[in-house]
Amino acid sequence: MSAVAEQTGQWLTEFTRQDKVAPWMQELRESAFQRFAELGFPTTHDEEWRFTNVAPIARATFRAGSADKLLVAPEVVEELDADGAGAPLARYASFRQNAFVALNTAFLNHQVPVTVLRVPAGVVLDGPIEITYEVAEDVANDPGQPGLLSVHPRILILVGADAHCTIVENYKGAGKYFTNAVTEIVAGDRAVVDHYKVQRENISAFHVATLAAQLGRSANFSTHSISLGGALVRNDVNVVLSEGTEATVNGLYIVNGTQHVDNHTSIDHAKPHGTSHELYKGILDDKSAAVFNGRIIVRKDAQKTDSKQTNKNLVLSDDAVIDTKPELQIHADDVRCTHGATIGQLDAESLFYLQSRGIGKQQARSLLTYAFAQDIIDRIQVPDLRQQLEKFLFEKFHEHAQ
Amino acid sequence: MSLLEIKDLHATVGDREILKGISLTVNAGEVHAIMGPNGSGKSTLAQVLAGRELYTVTGGQVLYQGQDLLELAPEDRARAGIFLAFQYPVEIPGVSNMYFLKAALNTIRKSQGLEELDAFDFLTLVRDKMTLMNMDQTLLNRPVNTGFSGGEKKRNEIFQMAVLEPRLAVLDETDSGLDIDALKLVAHGVNTLRSPERSMIVVTHYQRLLEYIVPDYVHVLADGRIVKSGGKELALQLEKEGYAGLGIADDEEVVVV
Repeated sequence: MSAVAEQTGQWLTEFTRQDKVAPWMQELRESAFQRFAELGFPTTHDEEWRFTNVAPIARATFRAGSADKLLVAPEVVEELDADGAGAPLARYASFRQNAFVALNTAFLNHQVPVTVLRVPAGVVLDGPIEITYEVAEDVANDPGQPGLLSVHPRILILVGADAHCTIVENYKGAGKYFTNAVTEIVAGDRAVVDHYKVQRENISAFHVATLAAQLGRSANFSTHSISLGGALVRNDVNVVLSEGTEATVNGLYIVNGTQHVDNHTSIDHAKPHGTSHELYKGILDDKSAAVFNGRIIVRKDAQKTDSKQTNKNLVLSDDAVIDTKPELQIHADDVRCTHGATIGQLDAESLFYLQSRGIGKQQARSLLTYAFAQDIIDRIQVPDLRQQLEKFLFEKFHEHAQ
Repeated sequence: MSLLEIKDLHATVGDREILKGISLTVNAGEVHAIMGPNGSGKSTLAQVLAGRELYTVTGGQVLYQGQDLLELAPEDRARAGIFLAFQYPVEIPGVSNMYFLKAALNTIRKSQGLEELDAFDFLTLVRDKMTLMNMDQTLLNRPVNTGFSGGEKKRNEIFQMAVLEPRLAVLDETDSGLDIDALKLVAHGVNTLRSPERSMIVVTHYQRLLEYIVPDYVHVLADGRIVKSGGKELALQLEKEGYAGLGIADDEEVVVV
């Protein structure tokens, strides 16, 4: 048996064990699984996965299980029956190219119910939609179950034209497990969507996630990917803009120990007059590793596109590794696209300046590290979330400072 | 006991010796001006006193209040009452001026056994000092020195000094880059802080600043050594005759403004 067949074979057992769902979904599952079997898990020979070795996931034996899902949403938000036909599932997050999306789609609605939400047109929500997936320790470490726990959360959110909403996704858990999440967001014309994904998985967990956002004309979309936990993490953010769409794509990753986090973003300016701002910042300590790959596509008729991409990394140790790469594909001629990446250490002069005012060296280091992340935190519009993160950062760097 | 006693101080950066045996005694309440051409070691002396790690002390001794100063980390020197007004104040995006200064003041107060100030008392204190330096209060909420003009940065240094109330202030070319109005303002701030308990070392290239901050002693530094010491009249002599009058080469080409 080939390596790919060996890897997919054990997933086939899990796949066939699933409860039946509605025929349209069953069909979707089957074509996704077939695609997964064809693709196999990516290797570092794939350009898209060059710096991220998923062998620890490919080699392990998994069972498909459940995570606790908590959904909090304003009353006006409609929760649709995932099993019912009509939900445009899997239309935006393609499983043709990505084995993990294929795997997620193959396990649609199994153990972790699919979340399909609709924000009616013209509605301005008075509070955030918050979806939390939490892996319980007794589920992850169930001795009666062979293999590692895998969970495949799936979200589809349809935001109507002119609606305003805030969406927060939380991922956390205990024990060793594998979260393989896919989220699709469709924003109608002129909709305003502020999206956050907060990844605080257990330090030994694997986390792979794809966000696919399809944005309408003159929509204003921002997404913030905060990546703090996990042993091996890969986030894909794929955003497609229409005419006059404004997109903000931000990210913050903070890793230490032997954590590995890979952020791949793709911002597709499909139509003219789109604006995108992208800012990813990373703080790396110990022997951690981070990857940033920022693809910007400007299609042939997407004239007057204005796009700015920045990736900044603060490296606190000698052994951390960062690979950062912009990937600009520009097919229009009247556009403005800028990109830049920096990798640096704490500035010795700034440290001395703070120390010369009586602030201890360790406190000065924490202060400067915290300050590095500050501009991403400042842009978080959900007060609770901002406070939680400020607390997390404070404690993290305070701890680091000891 | 003198407040500060520098004895035969030698310091290097990399392989290059910058300070080649400096001796200087500063008593409480005195203002000493250190003058000298570029490259003479003035700024190095200032930074060595504040504890900049870039420089290695290779010989000599510095006693501050009878204690070995060179043993102390930069933050411990600040807590003991030493303040360096930077020639090039550092921009620190992401840290507000207010947070920074409150953290600094409270750390110093705590180390001196004083109670930490709460936000209200801190603001009250700071408002007075801002008025002294004619500073806009919005500067408090801005990140440290970020987007400040050259003059604002220098004023911010003296403002910090006014808040932290050091025993020994070292002003490193605080006059550089200032127009005459800004210079007068900075000098006024400094003069307000003069007291019998507070000593100052004013490092400057030009005599101009010393018209406004009148020193008790003037020392001329050249090639890492003090070549001449005197009263305030020495500064006037330098003004008239230039460094050349003392037989010192002054390379104007590298003047940093």
